[in-house]
Amino acid sequence: MGILDRIFGNHWGIHPDDRKRPAADLPLRRLPLPSHLYVPLQQHIGAPARPIVLVGQKVLKGELIAEAQGATSAAIHAPSSGTITAVGEITAPHASGLPVPGITIECDGEDRWIEAADIPDDPAFDPFSLEPAEISRRIGAAGVVGMGGATFPSALKLNIGKKTGITTLIINGGECEPYLSCDDRVMRDFAAEAVDGIRLMLHATGAKEALVGIEDNKPEAIATMQQAAAGFPEIRICPVPARYPMGSEKHLFSALTGKEVPADGRTTDLGVLVHNVGTAAAVHTAIRHGRPLVERIVTLNGGAWRAPGNVVAPIGMLVSDIIAATEFKEQPARLIMGGPMMGTLLPSEFVPVVKGSSGLLALTAEEAADGEAQPCIRCSSCVRACPVGLLPLEMSARIRNEDYAGAVDLGLKDCIACGCCAYVCPSRIPLVQYFGHAKGELAARDRAKLRNDATKRLVAARAERLEREAKEKAEAAARRKAERAKQKAAEAAAAAASADTSGAETTA
Amino acid sequence: MNTLATTSPPIASPHAHGGAGVSVVMLKVMAALAPATLYGFWLYGWPAIHLWFITVFAALLGEAFSLRLAGRRARPVLLDGSALLTGWLLALSLPPWAPWWLGAVGGLFATIVGKQVFGGIGQNLFNPAMVARVALLISFPVAMTAWVAPLPLTAAGAPGFLDGLMITLTGVPNLDAISSASLLGHAKAELSRGVDLLQSLSADHLGQYLSFTGARPGSMGETAGLLIAAGGIAMIAMGIISWHIPLAMLAGIAIPAAIGHAVDPARYLDATTHVLSGAALLGAFFIATDYVTSPNTRAGQLVFGLGCGFLTYVIRTWGGYPEGVAFAVLLMNTLTPAIDRLVKPRIYGRNRKGASLPL
Repeated sequence: MGILDRIFGNHWGIHPDDRKRPAADLPLRRLPLPSHLYVPLQQHIGAPARPIVLVGQKVLKGELIAEAQGATSAAIHAPSSGTITAVGEITAPHASGLPVPGITIECDGEDRWIEAADIPDDPAFDPFSLEPAEISRRIGAAGVVGMGGATFPSALKLNIGKKTGITTLIINGGECEPYLSCDDRVMRDFAAEAVDGIRLMLHATGAKEALVGIEDNKPEAIATMQQAAAGFPEIRICPVPARYPMGSEKHLFSALTGKEVPADGRTTDLGVLVHNVGTAAAVHTAIRHGRPLVERIVTLNGGAWRAPGNVVAPIGMLVSDIIAATEFKEQPARLIMGGPMMGTLLPSEFVPVVKGSSGLLALTAEEAADGEAQPCIRCSSCVRACPVGLLPLEMSARIRNEDYAGAVDLGLKDCIACGCCAYVCPSRIPLVQYFGHAKGELAARDRAKLRNDATKRLVAARAERLEREAKEKAEAAARRKAERAKQKAAEAAAAAASADTSGAETTA
Repeated sequence: MNTLATTSPPIASPHAHGGAGVSVVMLKVMAALAPATLYGFWLYGWPAIHLWFITVFAALLGEAFSLRLAGRRARPVLLDGSALLTGWLLALSLPPWAPWWLGAVGGLFATIVGKQVFGGIGQNLFNPAMVARVALLISFPVAMTAWVAPLPLTAAGAPGFLDGLMITLTGVPNLDAISSASLLGHAKAELSRGVDLLQSLSADHLGQYLSFTGARPGSMGETAGLLIAAGGIAMIAMGIISWHIPLAMLAGIAIPAAIGHAVDPARYLDATTHVLSGAALLGAFFIATDYVTSPNTRAGQLVFGLGCGFLTYVIRTWGGYPEGVAFAVLLMNTLTPAIDRLVKPRIYGRNRKGASLPL
């Protein structure tokens, strides 16, 4: 690969202006508790949690309010103490603005913790004496999900890792999205906690070593993590070049191991499990302190904030409450949850912070860089930027003509929607929107096809049944007829026989 | 809580942009082309300046006319700079003292037939400037090969603004007296008369022709080789183009030329002459690298560049015309879709055939 890469260019990804500072350098702030918290039941990949509280019930901070439902799900806990006022619907922090099921809590302002479960009073409690499966169970019970944004239930992931016999844990401290610095803050302020969480995850999975990949634009985080990991030779801090999307699981894996994840496989197939650094810190809190995931660090950044920086926000806090507490300098052109490259445009301010909310960006019109799309000039910037090796310009041309199959042939399903192509496009073509549209369209077609097939099967089954019934009826009729004929013949024979005998008698 | 109106229409990520724009790209290309052009203006004086303006204006006019016909707004499209650049490149490939109608017809042809007929920017199969150049060369071979020796703006006897305008509008009064052949044309003519290169091209002759200052008969884009190459390298440095097409194209000319010259120096020109003559440098850096008509991938661009170079050499050496860059580029343009179909980047986690890497 080496020489070919040099000639043909190993150009994946982009180097956007990261705009992380000064927000990343400011100390962490804690937001005042809002009057109400709106906690969606679906904050993770998988099935929504099932509520186990009633309206009017008093809950303490950290109390289980919705339990995991099914194999892929995550528990949800009360982010503060108060009274349940509704088990209903909440506007999703998603561009659609659709309602999702959720629980509303009226805070009592005391923020009183529930007594920690599973933590013995013994100060010498050693979690490493626990069975790996028990660690995973407790992580699951604490509702920990992937904090990098994908929100896959962490316990499930650890179990998969344990089952497939992974040897290496990769901890993602890449944070390649511009503007965001919540992971940076975790590594700077909670390095010891994160390292402890990493050790617990090593114990839970049986992996031998952990590689912590941190982009080299975060020298402070690298230094604090190196210091925290100094006593643990199994944890290696690995600075990686700042390059978007370095924080993509597959790309960080490749940068650290030099290998490539097969298209049909996962990193676990190669003995590697990837977890976010924020997840490691949450694991520490769950195991050492018995406290579930009820708050997270959120980066407030973008030109429209009066005071950018990182804040600790309880899960379920409305964006409008955050704005009220911190204020805008000017009305933002776009309000985004997540990073500027892959984040979602918020439909309104009245949506809650969830477990996967890494940032709240209030971008000015200048930052949002809106522009009218122009025709493609085939400059192939997108081809060079694509970290997956796709041809975005060709794919979008096919999607424009509704040739979705053609786009799939070109690798649409390998697209990770990182946004590099649209970021570099001089014609400002909304390429990711094209791909998102096509993926949605294909999913809809697949569903329609499934439905169609099911209908066809039902129709065929009905036709078969009717035919069978008709045949059975005919057979039964024939049988009855035959029986009747037989009976008649027998009767006739009997009559004849009796006639015979009587005849014989008479003749005799 | 769940009946909130959306404050803005959904817009897909990303919510940031690198800042590149079509007109920005075009402006950078023009900046790279400016030094060579200004030098050409100085070298050939007012007639060349007039011809440049006429050609560029005609190209813009053709674009505006087509857009009007199509019922589209012309202004934003004209402002992207692509039509201006097309006219500019065409002007650089014309004889500097050519009559006005050559530039006018060429400019109109470039944007109307070469570009807008296909659907405008990004849709054309062929390089519009080269389409126009080839059309002119085939239609008006005499006017298109009437080269003049340089007569710098500051030299004694150089035409002034009005004299220059007269030359452009009414033609050179005594063309035969000042016309002269380009190096490739001279070599080809002599060879066809049976005079071999060793006799027809003295060392002195070659030295004069091949000076990097470009003080020799030819088009504006042909003479200032040093400035063209510098502009091209500046574009590579700015990241507008990559080195793949220029290097491959020059190699595609130089390698066969070097072999041919080694075999029979009396019959075949050497590599340096080939690379520094005609539109080789302009073609390699500014024409073949046209985004729209060249392949998408680095590997494809190497194939494309090599093809352009090799075809140029073949046409120059064995074809009917002394110069072949325009034909070579157009021929390779026809292959671009095929190259793009065959040469694709490898997708992450898959092999070249698109199957998943083994687990």
